[in-house]
Amino acid sequence: MTTTPHSTDLIRLTAAEMAAKLRAGEITSVDLTQAHLDRIEAVEPTLNAFLHVSAEEALTTAAEVDKIRVAGGAEAEKLHPLAGVPIAIKDLIVTKGQPTTAASKILEGWMSPYDATVVEKIREAKLPILGKTNLDEFAMGSSTEHSAFGPTRNPWDIERIPGGSGGGSAAAVAAFEAPLALGTDTGGSIREPGAFTGTVGTKPTYGGVSRYGAIAMASSLDQIGPVTRTVEDAALLHELIGGHDPKDSTSLPEPVPALVDAARTHDVAGKKIGVIKQLATGEGYQQGVLDAFNSSLDALREAGAEIVEVDCPSFDYALGAYYLIMPSEASSNLARYDGVRYGTRVLPEEGPLTIERVMGATRAAGFGEEVKRRIILGTYALSAGYYDAYYGSAQKIRTLIQRDFDAAFEQADVLISPTAPTVAFKMGEKTDDPMAMYLNDIATIPANLAGIPGINVPAGLSDGLPVGIQFLAPAKEDARVYHAAAALEELLGGKGEVIWQQIPDLASSSVDV
Amino acid sequence: MADISRADVEHLAKLAHISMSEAELEKMTGELGVIVDSVKTVQEAAGEDIPATSHPVALTNVFREDVIGHTYTAEESLANAPDAEDGRFKVPAILDEE
Amino acid sequence: MTETQTEAQPLSFEEALEKYDPVLGFEVHVELNTKSKMFSSAPNAFGDEPNTNVNEVDLGLPGTLPVVNGKAVESAIKLGLALNCSIAEYCRFARKQYFYPDLPKNWQTSQYDEPIAYDGYLDVELDDGETFRVEIERAHMEEDAGKLTHAGTSGRIQGADYSLVDYNRTGVPLIEIVTKPITGAGERAPEIARAYVTAIRDIVKGLDISDARMERGNVRCDANVSLMPKGTTDFGTRSETKNVNSTRAVEQAVHFEIRRHAGILSTGGSIIQETRHWLETSRTTSSGRPKSDADDYRYFPEPDLVPITVTQEWIERLRAELPEPPAVRRRRLREAWGYSDAEFRDVVAAGLMDQIEETVEQGASPAVARKWWMGEISRLANARDIEPAALGVEPETIVALNVLIDEGKINDKIARQVLEHHLEGEGSPAEIVQARGLEVVSDDGALTAAVEKAMAENPDVVEKVAGGKLKAIGALIGPVMKETRGQADAGKVREIVLAKLGIEG
Repeated sequence: MTTTPHSTDLIRLTAAEMAAKLRAGEITSVDLTQAHLDRIEAVEPTLNAFLHVSAEEALTTAAEVDKIRVAGGAEAEKLHPLAGVPIAIKDLIVTKGQPTTAASKILEGWMSPYDATVVEKIREAKLPILGKTNLDEFAMGSSTEHSAFGPTRNPWDIERIPGGSGGGSAAAVAAFEAPLALGTDTGGSIREPGAFTGTVGTKPTYGGVSRYGAIAMASSLDQIGPVTRTVEDAALLHELIGGHDPKDSTSLPEPVPALVDAARTHDVAGKKIGVIKQLATGEGYQQGVLDAFNSSLDALREAGAEIVEVDCPSFDYALGAYYLIMPSEASSNLARYDGVRYGTRVLPEEGPLTIERVMGATRAAGFGEEVKRRIILGTYALSAGYYDAYYGSAQKIRTLIQRDFDAAFEQADVLISPTAPTVAFKMGEKTDDPMAMYLNDIATIPANLAGIPGINVPAGLSDGLPVGIQFLAPAKEDARVYHAAAALEELLGGKGEVIWQQIPDLASSSVDV
Repeated sequence: MADISRADVEHLAKLAHISMSEAELEKMTGELGVIVDSVKTVQEAAGEDIPATSHPVALTNVFREDVIGHTYTAEESLANAPDAEDGRFKVPAILDEE
Repeated sequence: MTETQTEAQPLSFEEALEKYDPVLGFEVHVELNTKSKMFSSAPNAFGDEPNTNVNEVDLGLPGTLPVVNGKAVESAIKLGLALNCSIAEYCRFARKQYFYPDLPKNWQTSQYDEPIAYDGYLDVELDDGETFRVEIERAHMEEDAGKLTHAGTSGRIQGADYSLVDYNRTGVPLIEIVTKPITGAGERAPEIARAYVTAIRDIVKGLDISDARMERGNVRCDANVSLMPKGTTDFGTRSETKNVNSTRAVEQAVHFEIRRHAGILSTGGSIIQETRHWLETSRTTSSGRPKSDADDYRYFPEPDLVPITVTQEWIERLRAELPEPPAVRRRRLREAWGYSDAEFRDVVAAGLMDQIEETVEQGASPAVARKWWMGEISRLANARDIEPAALGVEPETIVALNVLIDEGKINDKIARQVLEHHLEGEGSPAEIVQARGLEVVSDDGALTAAVEKAMAENPDVVEKVAGGKLKAIGALIGPVMKETRGQADAGKVREIVLAKLGIEG
């Protein structure tokens, strides 16, 4: 199916612009939703960003919004500002009426009988849900190559990975399949794909968005956050999904800060921006990434910001701490997939049929290699005799990293670093080298360990591929990252328009396998 | 190289209830060794006097009122069950006892 | 590597005690009676259709998170205080990880090295009134598992073809109370075991934190037994008899395990550390699962729950809500009622302390209350083969009967009949007396006529009485009672006879 020029224009708008046009009655949600469904149909054979598309459900919600708008009155007044703007959901977040797989064979066919809290909020606000996006199995990966249902391709270069684990959400937003998407970020799974696809993505303060209904990888690190093309759109979605949830014991009691306001003010004069020494230079950083980073610093400096250098010596141990805590918690969180209550059950090929052997066979067949690797690593780190040396030590590193951040935020309002050391790499480049893959997360991991907010904002292209810049702020100061990111976005040409003019037209490309 | 043996990995796989072939055990042993080698540096910096952080944002005493909420019918509970009988989940014979 | 348990004939209990000192330890699980579960809002209820008292949290569905039931935490603190424990200022939950089909997440949320209560003691009262102090190591909060039914010929786990799982019990709040090793019990070990579990049951019942019905598994005891050769102080290898579900069974299980261990040890064998099953029919235990190095539970702090901090103010508020400890209450009531030790023990054994206390509070004398509850009510209950407390007699019924007696409206014999009619559902004692016309006949006319008739029919008796043998009046009372269908007041009859004969009473 070919897309009409009109619908192509529609899908390239920002979510805020779409919302304004819907409110003004210039477009209908059904047309807007259909335009995205058309785009999905056109580019999915190439990208594989979606694991499930729910056209019918999305159009039903869209029609409902249109009906309320046409009727006018109090009901129309009460509509959420984003009502009618379609959204895609990472398939790690449970949804009633649509399958949720976590991109794992072990959950294939499972239908959740309940909605995640963020999904309840999205339904309540009447955003048409386009479908569920691809990811690394159980969010374990940095490239979306570890999906049991095939990798997602980067719309900037389909020979490259879109980052991970939320490669599906990032690619869908970058390729105009959806203006908004939800991701989850445990060690960078929103921000790193953001950097690789030129999208904006936020990891909120831990506890800022309810985790109820987000399939857990590492409970003390996981956060749901927005994936969009502009900082303002991210703030709009963040405000919708954030806030206290009594179903999540780790949910913050405070209301969501005024993030949209922060995203609409671009003045950085007099603000102190801290460059993290450990994350700005060194081995593994590509020149193109460093160039874009330095240009961003120059632009901020020219706009009146004061750039200072901050030292976070414990960050040298962050990757080690992360790759102990994350697999430990994951090994426990994934114990429930045993073929007893839901999901796939696999019988052993030979030998006696006992529940122990059925569990073993189910988990052997149902989990992919990376998941198994992390479960075994986590089981090791928690086992008797090793707990203190591994899990215990890692928890202490967490304290040190928090202290480093505390000290850094005494010198700076926000911190800045490249989001990833490189641009998007080629498919298959790192799949055989787990450690090389893990090193991708070096800049994003500290925020998860400390529970603080972080955002990725695109900072131009390097050889035609996006480079991302990360801003970090103290816990509960999410507004600061929106403010800084919006400022940089503005300084670099406004809402990323410059880069979006350069993205290849996917509808005409084909997969070269 | 970390001193993780094939037997260790076999034991871990058993604890984690994942059946593994000889070849998988072999491969996993090698990979685990490399990963553990690089992550165990955390011990260098984790001094005795440093407290552990288990929760990134400090909250305490988050409680629920003792009131009854929604429940599922047996049909809903068993909707995704691989096997069921008489309103219960059905599992093959259990060898180990707890 | 399966080690085989050395088999040997158990020694007699006396012989065992001559050679060895027993060391006991108990892990008692108490199911709390909160309305909802420990970490979910599904109902904490017994006996419903399988898999209906559950929601997504209890089934361990992907994405679900626990939230602590605040009432359960308060119950744990109260129990800790009642067990004279220190209450932790800061504690956390931990995941105890092992795969088992009755555990939906394949871990149990429990507490590991940070229990909410620790270092306490309980003075348990023995049959002869002496007390024995049991040191408490800790009391911690955790969740119950689901229920497995084993299908197949045996109904037991061994040889079953398959098993069925009901998750209704999943997540029911539990408090596990762990004792320190109990030494110095000697030959009283089995009795101490029973007294300890009875005391825990009474305490949780008194605190109203559990239904405390052992037959339903509300209170479950794992009993650890090991032996030390006399004169030594090194603990031997212990066995753990799981889920013993009555106080008597705990006593018997400890008794048997002491004999079994002694039989093995005295013939040069060794005990292997294992769980044992209590077999009610043979009053013995059978081998269960060996404890092995493979039991690596990989505990770590539950990241989905935040820590609990308990302030001194919170403790004091809960302490003020505590009822009187059962042992203190027993001492107080025994003194107040003036019963002999034997009388009081019988009341406790019959489980009628609450009823008698209430009867006395409502105005009956302790002696009258005891006479009714331990007499007629116990007899009626016995005839029906139920506990006296379960007969359904309310203390106010006893008080009402006693008022009718005191007012002279009915006598003891009639009162017993009224009680039976009451149990048959005929209403209050006053209503029954009224409806059935059971009131004592004190109307002079009717009574005088009956007396005159009796005197006329028994001239020889009248002569004796007239001759000064006043005791002979008794022979007239029988016929008068017969005439009045038992409703005559014996004192009144006597007065009338004496008046007729002109004798001063």
